[in-house]
Amino acid sequence: MDSKAKAVSILKNNFQNFLFVLPALSIFCVFYIYPFYKMINLSFYDWRGIGPMNFIGLHNYKELLGDHLWWNSMLHAGYITLIALTFQNALAFALALACDREIRMKRFYRVVFFIPPVLSEIVVGLIWNWILNPGMQNGQYIGFLNHLLFASGFPQLVHNWLGDPKTALTTIAIVHSWKGFGWGFIILLAGLQTIDKQLYEAAKVDGAGARKTFTHVTLPLMWPVMLVVMILTILGSMQVFILIVAMVNEGLVNHTDVPVTCIFSAMENTNRFGYACAQAVIFGFMLVCISFIMKRLSDRAKQG
Amino acid sequence: MRGLMRRCSFLVAVFLAVLMAGCSSSKESGNKIILWHWMTDRNDTILKLAQQYTQETGIEASVSLFAPSDAYSQKVIAAAQANVLPDIYGILDKKTVVADFIKAGLVADLTASMEADGSAWKKSLFEKALADRSFDMANGYGIKPGIYGVPIDVSNEQMLYNKKLLAKAGIYSAPRSLTEFIKDAKALKLIGITPFVSGWGELWLLDCFASNYAFNIMGEAKIFETFRGRVKYTDPDWVKVFSVFADLRDNGVFIDGIVTKGNKYAEQDFALERAAFTFNGSWCVNVYHSMNPHLEYGVMPPPPVTNTYPLKIWGGAGSSFVVNAASPNKTKAIAFLKWLTSQKQQVVLAQETNNLPANRQASVSISSVLGEFAKGMDESTHPDIWPVNEDPSVREAFDRGLQAIIIGEKTPRQVAQEVQEVKDRQMAKGN
Amino acid sequence: MRTNKYMFLGMTQSTLIHVFLMGMALTCLFPIFWMIRCALMSNDTVFVDQAIIPHHLNFSNFATAWIKGNFAIFFLNSVIYTVCVVTGIVIISSLAAFAFSRLNFPGKNFIFYLFVAAMMIPLPGSFVALFVLMNKLHLANTRFGYILCMINVGLSMSILLLKTFFDKMPHELEDAARIDGCGKLGIWWNMAMPFARPAIAVIVIFNSLNVWNEYILATLLLEDTKLMPLQRGLVVFQGANSTDYPVLMAGLTMAAIPIIIIYLTMQKHIVKGISGEVVG
Repeated sequence: MDSKAKAVSILKNNFQNFLFVLPALSIFCVFYIYPFYKMINLSFYDWRGIGPMNFIGLHNYKELLGDHLWWNSMLHAGYITLIALTFQNALAFALALACDREIRMKRFYRVVFFIPPVLSEIVVGLIWNWILNPGMQNGQYIGFLNHLLFASGFPQLVHNWLGDPKTALTTIAIVHSWKGFGWGFIILLAGLQTIDKQLYEAAKVDGAGARKTFTHVTLPLMWPVMLVVMILTILGSMQVFILIVAMVNEGLVNHTDVPVTCIFSAMENTNRFGYACAQAVIFGFMLVCISFIMKRLSDRAKQG
Repeated sequence: MRGLMRRCSFLVAVFLAVLMAGCSSSKESGNKIILWHWMTDRNDTILKLAQQYTQETGIEASVSLFAPSDAYSQKVIAAAQANVLPDIYGILDKKTVVADFIKAGLVADLTASMEADGSAWKKSLFEKALADRSFDMANGYGIKPGIYGVPIDVSNEQMLYNKKLLAKAGIYSAPRSLTEFIKDAKALKLIGITPFVSGWGELWLLDCFASNYAFNIMGEAKIFETFRGRVKYTDPDWVKVFSVFADLRDNGVFIDGIVTKGNKYAEQDFALERAAFTFNGSWCVNVYHSMNPHLEYGVMPPPPVTNTYPLKIWGGAGSSFVVNAASPNKTKAIAFLKWLTSQKQQVVLAQETNNLPANRQASVSISSVLGEFAKGMDESTHPDIWPVNEDPSVREAFDRGLQAIIIGEKTPRQVAQEVQEVKDRQMAKGN
Repeated sequence: MRTNKYMFLGMTQSTLIHVFLMGMALTCLFPIFWMIRCALMSNDTVFVDQAIIPHHLNFSNFATAWIKGNFAIFFLNSVIYTVCVVTGIVIISSLAAFAFSRLNFPGKNFIFYLFVAAMMIPLPGSFVALFVLMNKLHLANTRFGYILCMINVGLSMSILLLKTFFDKMPHELEDAARIDGCGKLGIWWNMAMPFARPAIAVIVIFNSLNVWNEYILATLLLEDTKLMPLQRGLVVFQGANSTDYPVLMAGLTMAAIPIIIIYLTMQKHIVKGISGEVVG
C-alpha cells in the first residue's frame, strides 16, 4: 500500500519533471527530427533536387569513403579548428581575465571586443580583402598588410597571403579567430562572474599568489564553462563557411575546401542532393564523436 | 509569483497576436498572377511595370523578389516539392534541371502562344535568347520539342580594355590575337601596370573563358564528341586549351590572386584602373559607370589563338521566365509575359537597368558601349543550347585544374590527365 | 629600492596589458569606423578617396537606404521576430536545462545528448523537407511558423550553455528555497534564473544576433514581402551584378545599431554577476 503510493508519487514526480522538457522536445521533434529523417533517407538516393529519385543503397557512402577531396576538406576544417581552439580561445580567455580585473577602461574593452561577431560578413569580407590585397598600383601596394610590411622595412615578407596554398588556410583561420573570439570572451567573462569573490579573498588570506589563485581557484571552477566554449569553438570552426566564401569565393583550387563548402558544391554545382546528404551525415557523425570524446576527457580530467 | 504570472500572460498575448497576424494573410486567386524573381537590380523596374499592367488590364500582377540567387533556387526547388510554385518563375540551373521541371509537369509549353499570329511573338525575340529554354527535335533530354521559357533580356561575356592604360604603354588598338595580347601585356607589365584581371574565384567565369578557346582551337564538333566520351581530354587540342592558361601565367598576364577573386572585386580593380584588361559580362557597363563614370574602355572578343575555328563567346538569355503548367491562371500569365517582352516595355527595361533587351526592336535604344556588346551576340553560344553537356563533376575538375595551372601548381598535361580520370569514372558510372 | 623595482615591474606589466588590449581594441574598432566612413561617401569616390575623413560627406545615403530598403516595415518585422524568438528560447531552453540539471526522470541523459548531438549535425538538404512540412502544417508564409523554426535553431546551444551554468548553482540555495515553500517552478524562476543571469544574457545576445541576421530561412518560408525581416531590405543594395556600396554600408550601419544596443544592455547583466544579488 505504502510502496504503491510511493511508486505513484515517483511516477507523478517524474511526469512533472518531464513537463519541463516537453516544450523543447516537441519543437525539436517537429522541426528537427523530421528533416533529419528526410536527410538520412535522401542519402541513400541519387537525386537532382527535382525529378526521379533512384535508390542506390549505400553507394553514396562508398563513394564518399574514397573521395580524397572530401577527406582533405575535413583536414582543412580540422586545421582551422585547431588554430581557433588554441589561438582564439587563449586570446578570449586572456582578454576575459583582463576585463574581469579592476583595470581602467574595462567597460570600454567589454563593448569593443564584441564588435567583430556583430559585424556583417559583407563588411568583414570587404575589409579583409582590402587588407590582404596582393596587388600593386602605381608602384604602391594596394593591400594594407603588404603596404605595412613594406613600409616598416620587411619587404621580404610581402606576400600573396590568400593566393598561396601554403598560407591561405592559416590566413583564413586567423581572420576566423579574430571574428569569433568575442563569443568566447563574453561566455568566459560570464563564467568568471559566477565565481564567488569570497573564494578569491579566502585564497588571498591563505597566502596564495596570483598564479596559485589562478590554477587552484579560477581554472577548476572555469573548467565546465571552458569545455562549453571549446565545444562551441569546434562547432563554429568545423562549420566555417560564409567567411571562406567571402574571402576566397569558390576556393583556391581545392586548398581551401571545407566540409560545408563541399556539401554546398555537391548540391549546387553538381546537383547531387543525395551525395550532399551523405556528406552531412558523415560530417555530423564525426562532430558528435569529437564532442563526446572531449566530454569524456574532461570528465576524466575532473576526476583525476 | 504574481510578477511571474503577469509576465507569462504578457508573453502568451504576444504569441497569440503574432499568430493571428500570421494567419490573417490568406492567399486569394482569380484575377491575380504571382511572379517570383531574383533580380535585385531590376526589382524596381519590374514592380513599376507590373503596376502599369494592373492599371491597363485590371489584372493584378504581384511581384516578389527573393535574392540572392542561391536562396531563390532553393526556394523554387522546395516550392516545386510542396506544389506551391507561383504562376511565373525562373529556373536558374542547368538545362538538365530545366528538363526535370518540365518532366514533372511544372513548366508550360509555350510553343503554341509563341507561334500564334504567324509567330509574331517568337519573331520579335532574339533567337539565341529563346534557345536557352527551348528543346529541339534532337534534344537528348527526352523532352517534347518546343519553347518553354520567355527571355526578358540577353547578355554575353567579352573582354574589355582600358584605353588610357593601354595608351600609357603606347598601345592604341586592341590586340587581335593571343600573341599580340601577350606582347601588349608584357609592355604594360614593364611600366608597372597589371595586364589582366577577372573574377575567376567564380568558376563559371573561368570556365566560360576556357570554353571560348576550346571552340577556337578544336571547333564545336570535337568538343561535343569529348562530352560524349569519344575524344579524350588528353587529346593534344585539349592540352593546347590548357596551355593557353600556362602561357598567360608564364608571361605574367594575370593579376596576383586571380583565382580567389570574386567578380565584384575584379570589377572594382578594373573600374579603379588597377588592370588594363578584364573579362566580364555585359551587365558590367552599369557597374563600371557607377564606380568610375570617367573610365574610358572598349569591348573586344577574347583574342584568338589560331584561325582554325571561329572563337565563340558565351551569351544568350540573361534571364528567362517560365510559366507554371499547373497554374489555373496560365493564360493570364502568358499574356503578361507577352506584354513584358513587347517593344515598349523592353525599351523601359533596357534603359532603366542597362541590360541588353531580348526584343529585337528595343535594341536600338541602348548605349554605345552596350552596343559593342550587342554585336557579339552573333558570335555567341551557350551550354544551354548545346546538344550535349559535360557532366558537372567533370566540369568542376576541369575548372579546378585550370586554377591549379594558373597558380603554377600543375602542368597542362597533368591537368588533362586528371580531368580524363574523372571523366572515365563518370562514364563508367553511366553504363 | 626593492619596492621601486616592483613598482616599475608592475607598471611595465600593466602598460603591456594596456598596449595589448588597446591593440586588440583598435582592430575591432577599425571595421566600424570604415563602415561608417564608407556610408558617408558616394559610389564613385568610395574606393578612390584615400583621405581618412572623406572630402564630401554624404549623409543622404542613410535616408536612401531607409526608403529604398523599405526599412520601416522590415525593421518592425525583425523586432517582432527577435523579441518572440528570444523570449521563447530563453523560457523553453531554461526550463529544459533546469530539468536536465536539477530534476530526474527516465531518459533524461538520452534526451540531453540528443539535443547536443542535434547541434552538431548540419542539415543541408533539410530546407526542402522543412518547407514541405511547413506547408502541410499550414505554417508556411506565417510569422508563427518562422518564429517556431528560429526557436528550434537556437534551442540546442542555449540548453547546453544554461545547463552548464545551472550545474554550478550551489545546492544550499535550492534547499533554502525549498524550505521557504518554493515548488519546482518557483525554484526555476526565483533561484536558477537569477543565478544564471550572465548565461541568459549571453543567450539573449547570441540568439538576437542570430535572428537579426537570419535571411535564408525567411526567404524560404515567407512569401509576403510584408512579413520579411530586415536582411531582406539589405539584399536590395547588393544586386547580382552591381553593388551600391555606400548605401549598403549605411544600411548595414543602421542594421547594426539595435544589436549593439541589445549588447550594451545585456553586458551589464553579464558582469554584474550574482554575488551581490542572491546572497545579499
